[in-house]
Amino acid sequence: MATASVERLIGKSIKRREDPRFITGRGSYVDDIKLPGATWAAFVRSPHAHARIRSIDTAAARKHPGVVAVYTGQDMTGVNSLPCGWDLRKEKNIPGVVQDLAMVPHMPLTADVARHVGDPVAVVIADSQAAAADAAEKVKVDWEVLTAVTSTERAAAGDAPQLHAGAPGNVAFRWEIGDGVATDAAFKSAPVTVKRRIVNQRLVANAMEPRACAARFDPATGELTLWVTSQNPHVHRLLMCAFVLGIPEHKVRVISPDVGGGFGSKIFLYNEEVVCSWASRQLQRPVRWTATRREAYLTDAHGRDHVTDAEIALSREGKILGLRVKTTANLGAYLSTFAPAVPTFLYGTLLNGVYAIGAIHCQVTGVFSNTTAVDAYRGAGRPEACYVLERIVEAGARALGMDVAELRKRNFIPKFADGFQTLVAVAYDSGDYGVALDKLLGMFDYKGFRAEQAAARQQGRLLGIGFSTYIEACSIAPSKVVGALGAGAGLYESGKVRVHPTGMVTVYTGSHSHGQGHETTFAQLVADELGLPVEQVEVVHGDTGAIPFGMGTYGSRSASVGGTALHMSVGKIKEKGKKIAAHLLEASPSDIEYVNGQFQVKGFPSKAVPFGAVSLTAYVPHNYPEGLEPGLEETSFYDPSNFCFPFGAHACVVEVDRETGQVKILKYLAVDDVGNVINPMIVDGMVHGGIAQGVGQALWEGAVYDDASGQLVTGSLMDYAVPKADMLPMYETERTVTPTPVNPLGVKGAGETGTIAATPAVVNAVVDALAPLGVDHIETMPLTAERVWTIMQTAKAAT
Amino acid sequence: MYPAAFEYHAPTSVRDALGLLGSLEDAKILAGGHSLVPMMKLRLAQPKHVIDLRKVPGLTGIKEEGSTIVLGAMATHWDVESSPILKAKAPVVAETAAVIGDPAVRNKGTIGGSLAHADPAADMPATAIALGFELVCEGPKGRRTVKADDWFQGLMSTALGEDELLVEVRVPVWPAGSGACYMKFPHPASRFAVVGVCAAVTLDKNGACTRAGVGVTGAGTKAVRARGVEAGLAGKRLDAAAIEAAAQKAAEGVDVQADLQGSVEYKAHLCRVFARRAIEAAVKRAQG
Ligand SMILES: Cc1cc2nc3c(=O)[nH]c(=O)nc-3n(C[C@H](O)[C@H](O)[C@H](O)COP(=O)(O)OP(=O)(O)OC[C@H]3O[C@@H](n4cnc5c(N)ncnc54)[C@H](O)[C@@H]3O)c2cc1C
Repeated sequence: MATASVERLIGKSIKRREDPRFITGRGSYVDDIKLPGATWAAFVRSPHAHARIRSIDTAAARKHPGVVAVYTGQDMTGVNSLPCGWDLRKEKNIPGVVQDLAMVPHMPLTADVARHVGDPVAVVIADSQAAAADAAEKVKVDWEVLTAVTSTERAAAGDAPQLHAGAPGNVAFRWEIGDGVATDAAFKSAPVTVKRRIVNQRLVANAMEPRACAARFDPATGELTLWVTSQNPHVHRLLMCAFVLGIPEHKVRVISPDVGGGFGSKIFLYNEEVVCSWASRQLQRPVRWTATRREAYLTDAHGRDHVTDAEIALSREGKILGLRVKTTANLGAYLSTFAPAVPTFLYGTLLNGVYAIGAIHCQVTGVFSNTTAVDAYRGAGRPEACYVLERIVEAGARALGMDVAELRKRNFIPKFADGFQTLVAVAYDSGDYGVALDKLLGMFDYKGFRAEQAAARQQGRLLGIGFSTYIEACSIAPSKVVGALGAGAGLYESGKVRVHPTGMVTVYTGSHSHGQGHETTFAQLVADELGLPVEQVEVVHGDTGAIPFGMGTYGSRSASVGGTALHMSVGKIKEKGKKIAAHLLEASPSDIEYVNGQFQVKGFPSKAVPFGAVSLTAYVPHNYPEGLEPGLEETSFYDPSNFCFPFGAHACVVEVDRETGQVKILKYLAVDDVGNVINPMIVDGMVHGGIAQGVGQALWEGAVYDDASGQLVTGSLMDYAVPKADMLPMYETERTVTPTPVNPLGVKGAGETGTIAATPAVVNAVVDALAPLGVDHIETMPLTAERVWTIMQTAKAAT
Repeated sequence: MYPAAFEYHAPTSVRDALGLLGSLEDAKILAGGHSLVPMMKLRLAQPKHVIDLRKVPGLTGIKEEGSTIVLGAMATHWDVESSPILKAKAPVVAETAAVIGDPAVRNKGTIGGSLAHADPAADMPATAIALGFELVCEGPKGRRTVKADDWFQGLMSTALGEDELLVEVRVPVWPAGSGACYMKFPHPASRFAVVGVCAAVTLDKNGACTRAGVGVTGAGTKAVRARGVEAGLAGKRLDAAAIEAAAQKAAEGVDVQADLQGSVEYKAHLCRVFARRAIEAAVKRAQG
């Protein structure tokens, strides 16, 4: 039986199989789950940024019709603090720790002091969502309002109000990386140094679906099922069972069904799901909660919020001799699950960028403030690092009077295929950085643009171009290494491949899709490797009851780590299949090869058994190899040997309206290298969405707190400007392909590149546009029209 | 998000609606719901009764009565934006409606709701003032007409009586030789006007301005007529210098409010820039 060569599926832009259900409203999100007898939780939250609770009067709320229970923090005895999963302590030998992390408590319902607007202090549980909301308004909290501090720069100032007894001066930790002595020496002897303050403002993730949970304790079995908007249901279960509630993990099932976006904000264990799970056990009824958009703004972990002083030392020829970075990172009121990792190991380790730098030293102080907790947001630490580096590099070029592209070219790390040790701990996998910029410069007439810019300037028009040649670190690993850096978890992934008797395949991944398109990509990967039609493969994710274990999805790790685990399981399936086929073909297993969906005697396509016949035999083992277990199902856990490091070059062309300060993007070009690509359409989508978020940070987004009251002023979609399609340009995207040697698929990761690259490219472009006015730096984003206008006015006044 | 409990009423005539409005305590009229309902969901508004006008016949439609175009208060922004009559006779009204929010908002929100709500950042108030809309209210004592200039009284407050409905909006058609334009600086998040200016001019055959109307919204607590600008335009040949000079007065009489979108200085500046741009475009249109 000759089979035509099966077409490869990897590299094809197969349409996303999940989209029809999403765009026709047939998705099943947490809020869609039907639970008979369910009660609804409404949280009573602090209206103050910082206030002591004198007392809470719940009597009126309890009497409200439909109310089942009202709990405060004092009722939740035996419940522990939400854990912080990343430890920075000298005694643990975590590298770079200058001052130990203050592990301050974070109770599910705070009983003593509320530390940010939105901090939950009580919960009302009622028969309906409306009754719970009405009754929550009747809970009377007697507040003693305290002074608050929200500003990153002032949080650790001497006169700032103290948030936690365990964190004197509001310092959460001090940490450093690189070589201070060598860096000082480099700066001493450098002919040119440039110092800039660079602020990376606070962002709100704004996933389209707000967080939600539904907890159902079944008194008959003693089992708790929690549906929750999670990027990593197993991690949710582990943290909740082992650290907070002390309930047996095998009696808890966490299901994360369709989830409408996360961008990091749904990685973490939150108060509400803990409270609902606990209350469901108390009440022996399902308890559910869906956040309002207002609650999302106040309680979803925020991102970024760094204030940095950066210095670059250069030779006259433009070689980067040294980089010195001092950053204050605002962690908010509490330690979110992975907060300490973001401004440290996910930040300082990326400051080498794509450049050969003489010496680097970076010091970070984490501070507490009366704001929502900050944790990983798309890119997490890496956008902050890239932003500092790409801004200071262009500042350096301007100081030297050198073209910004030229300065970069003089500093790129030369092409390498297997390893480059940076000055900041990590070793890159593979890279060819100059090629990405060359390709970008080939996409448009750069020289021509500079001429057009000069002509426009003659007419008083302000055109500018900015670049960003970035590096990104994804699929953070291996477990042993991240453990030594303070991680409380491993960073492997599981992948199970179950072949059914008929040859249909179900794939179980510990990754979680909340927009990434795993159901398509993983089916494509497995079908490709098995030479099967893609329709023959189904993907299951997001259920601790179905998946062996999983670390989940964040840090652009799903394809490289989760995909590789599946690849390993497919390999095992083939090996077992060969034994079965050999038996049926009366050959030796070592003589069998798997080609185009059939097991065949090497070189004899006609002496073959199709995949389906082997799978049937595995489950109906009448004529079967002696000693071989029936069934065809394999599980693998993959722990990578290193991170993967995608890279690329982006450029942005803008025009600034001289009168209003409005910035218009005229052109956006991107060359990304994410290693091998499984589904180009999905990767393009990732790049587009990432750029949108990066541009959003540069021009519009920003969580703003009122200094005096500590209120979040940008607490709704009417105030916080998320980019909309008509605010963005058409992107021109290209790729270079440098496979990673780290994993057998050669894939790096594509989830965050756009977000990392775009922000500095846009801001650099605006600085370039304003150069004729004497502007050589912009400290703070977003570059709202007013901010740009004010900069222009100040520049005019100065000349 | 759940609003506080309220009782819902759906009268089928203006009389019944007025009856309910007069007899119920703490009642609110519901039109398109795109300002009221968000406030109720945030519990910033907690009316005890909601009187829905959608079942009341005769409050929609756009028709011509001589040199006036009459819009039912319940005409949606989309009705306004897409009206062939308005596009032909008062295109700036359709243009203004077309830049309100997004299609979902425009399909539901009404011109009457917008003018009755009088959000300081709403778009239509600038155009209402510039063209000289008349607003027809109906109450227990019958109908009365209020000029746009007298309508906007303060932050979200209007000349509408507590016992009255806004039933009609009357748009005067400007004579031949006229042109008008509405331009706004949209809030990047909400798309409401940070500053919006509507300018209308009539030019005689020598190109001199015989009539000008300029309304400014967004910057202050209410939309206002920019009298200084109008005076600067009146009687002049509107070359660039004349327009520029007149536009300099755009923020006069506006109680400019600072917020996240801008300082008082910046918003006053935007008033001047957008006044100039809107007048320039209006003049071009008037010249045909
Ligand atoms: C996302 C979003 C974006 C928006 N963007 C813009 C924008 O860019 N520009 C802009 O101008 N507006 C914008 N709006 C507001 C929108 O135009 C509203 O529809 C409008 O302001 C109110 O009209 P409505 O018919 O929805 O009124 P409703 O919300 O039903 O009522 C508003 C108020 O007016 C009263 N009222 C309504 N009709 C009458 C009547 N006939 N007689 C007496 N009282 C009445 C009600 O009692 C209520 O107090 C936006 C709204 C949303 C939700």
